[in-house]
Amino acid sequence: MSLILTLSELDGDTLARSSRETLTFARSLADAHGWDLHAVAVGEIPDTAMADLRAQGVAVAHALLHDQLDGDAAPAAIAAAINELHDRLGAGALVGSGTDHAAEVMAHVAARTDLPLASNCTEVAPADGGWDLTRVRWGGVLLEDVHLEADVALLTAAPHQTAAADAVSPGAAELHSFKPELDESLHITRVVERASRGGGISLATAPVVISGGRGVGSAEGFGILEELAELLGGAVGCSRVATNNGWRSHNDQVGQTGTRVAPDLYVACGISGATQHWVGCMSAKKILAINTDPEAPMVTRAHYAVIGDLHELLPALVTEVKNRRGVG
Amino acid sequence: MTLNILVAVKRVPAPGAKIVLTEDAQRIDTKHLGFTVSPHEECAVEEAVQLVGKHGGSSTVITLGPPVAEEQLRTAISMGIDHGVLVETDEQEWDALATAAALTDAIQTLEADGDRFDLILFGNESADAGNYQVGIRVAHALDRPVVSGIKAIEPTDARATMKRAVADGFEVLDLPLPAVAAIKEGINLPRYPAMRGRLLAKKAQIRRLTPQRRDGGMRRVRLHHPPQQQAQTQMLGTGADAAPAVAALFEEVGLL
Ligand SMILES: Cc1cc2nc3c(=O)[nH]c(=O)nc-3n(C[C@H](O)[C@H](O)[C@H](O)COP(=O)(O)OP(=O)(O)OC[C@H]3O[C@@H](n4cnc5c(N)ncnc54)[C@H](O)[C@@H]3O)c2cc1C
Repeated sequence: MSLILTLSELDGDTLARSSRETLTFARSLADAHGWDLHAVAVGEIPDTAMADLRAQGVAVAHALLHDQLDGDAAPAAIAAAINELHDRLGAGALVGSGTDHAAEVMAHVAARTDLPLASNCTEVAPADGGWDLTRVRWGGVLLEDVHLEADVALLTAAPHQTAAADAVSPGAAELHSFKPELDESLHITRVVERASRGGGISLATAPVVISGGRGVGSAEGFGILEELAELLGGAVGCSRVATNNGWRSHNDQVGQTGTRVAPDLYVACGISGATQHWVGCMSAKKILAINTDPEAPMVTRAHYAVIGDLHELLPALVTEVKNRRGVG
Repeated sequence: MTLNILVAVKRVPAPGAKIVLTEDAQRIDTKHLGFTVSPHEECAVEEAVQLVGKHGGSSTVITLGPPVAEEQLRTAISMGIDHGVLVETDEQEWDALATAAALTDAIQTLEADGDRFDLILFGNESADAGNYQVGIRVAHALDRPVVSGIKAIEPTDARATMKRAVADGFEVLDLPLPAVAAIKEGINLPRYPAMRGRLLAKKAQIRRLTPQRRDGGMRRVRLHHPPQQQAQTQMLGTGADAAPAVAALFEEVGLL
């Protein structure tokens, strides 16, 4: 056992930010064990992504090549391929990101190998022949220290918890192609259609999120949030109360059962700051709360706050922003 | 085609703006808390009720938990689920491997008695542990296809198409039945149980099964709170008068 295999995902030609965070997380464990850091990705790995892998200290990059993995592979097939690779390499640990896709692949790997899988870890270190790790519970409001005993450590890294940092010395990132056998029966789950929202700024990656809760009061009430978000080049988010009332689509929901965001600025309009909402926005660099209640948890936890009615502030703010821009 | 659907739910405390831990840091202090299931699971229950309403068939809710978890089974029944099954444990929390193994055994027991589940629905992840894996483990053990993050289900003749959101849109998957799906909130708006449902639920028979506990390899050392990131909130003013200060903040952050 002398290596850690890390599942890496691409974002266009580069390594996804979540995968860079995960490699940095995995590297600390590799260093503690004195193991090599390997990466595995589905399909050909472009040069720019290879450069990212090198910077992260990756010794070997495995490209999984198979017809069944072209474009429309379900996580079950990717997991089967990773499993074959793992059988070949004998990795001491398998690590993926805690993103929807990677977490699903890792769960399939865990089910196939019948090994325990520790989800959304923030820290890990070898201890007593196993591992001591810290993982996220309740979406991030609580941490759990766990001792893991297993032949191989299966882990996912909690998103936004480890800042991606380059290795002190870059890795060789030797490129190996791996052609898994893959059982035909894995074909039974396939992606038959894929549609892009087309344009627009996605909630998960927007630099600023203007989010509304019960205080917004109606679907129409979100109009002014839309206007502000558009002016600032951001996206509109919402609380579960807004989705449950049918004011917004669940795709806009921020929180434990919605999307986790990490923008430069998160503006919470009429949102109380329940724990399940807070965990979705706490990774924002700055948080501004707009609320009538100075005691609301969102206000007391935010970096900045305005006390007052959002229906009064937001129109004034849109005018102010337009003036400073010299438009309207 | 009629559908026989099983939904798995987990009883969890419903904490407010702050979570309080017991002195030994082994669990959440639930003295003053109510209990619920994750919104994902509420939606899975609603989806089962709607699918059976549309296609005919029958629905069952199952939970692995202590005797008091009957409350969550009865809530599901009050929403329109036909049967309840409690896989009864002590007060300890079981990890994902142990939970999946016990649920698999229970499902095999139910199916041996003649129930064949066309669809088994899980929540995408439980509210407390967030392990993201129990449904997938059960599916593998039963040798059935499984997908997660599902926000729409359309059954057609021994198959089902399922839809899920991805970063920049959605994807549609096609699966043969029987199949397993981990449901995400947003698939529907769960109903509020009607009076009639609540009365039925009170009287419903709950089937009890006794599981074997298998060692899952993970041992809790302690629970704790993450370090506080923020102490002082900077006030930018009140009401509409605060607009210039907020715009200045936008400039500072580089948005203007
Ligand atoms: C397992 C679980 C998972 C959950 N997941 C999520 C999740 O992913 N996302 C989520 O958001 N919630 C989630 N919730 C629900 C969460 O607990 C809260 O119920 C929800 O976040 C509250 O939404 P809110 O802040 O909009 O409403 P409220 O809590 O009702 O707060 C409304 C706020 O608006 C303020 N307000 C009212 N009028 C105005 C006005 N005119 N101007 C300014 N301020 C005003 C009030 O002072 C108050 O602070 C989950 C719950 C559970 C149990």
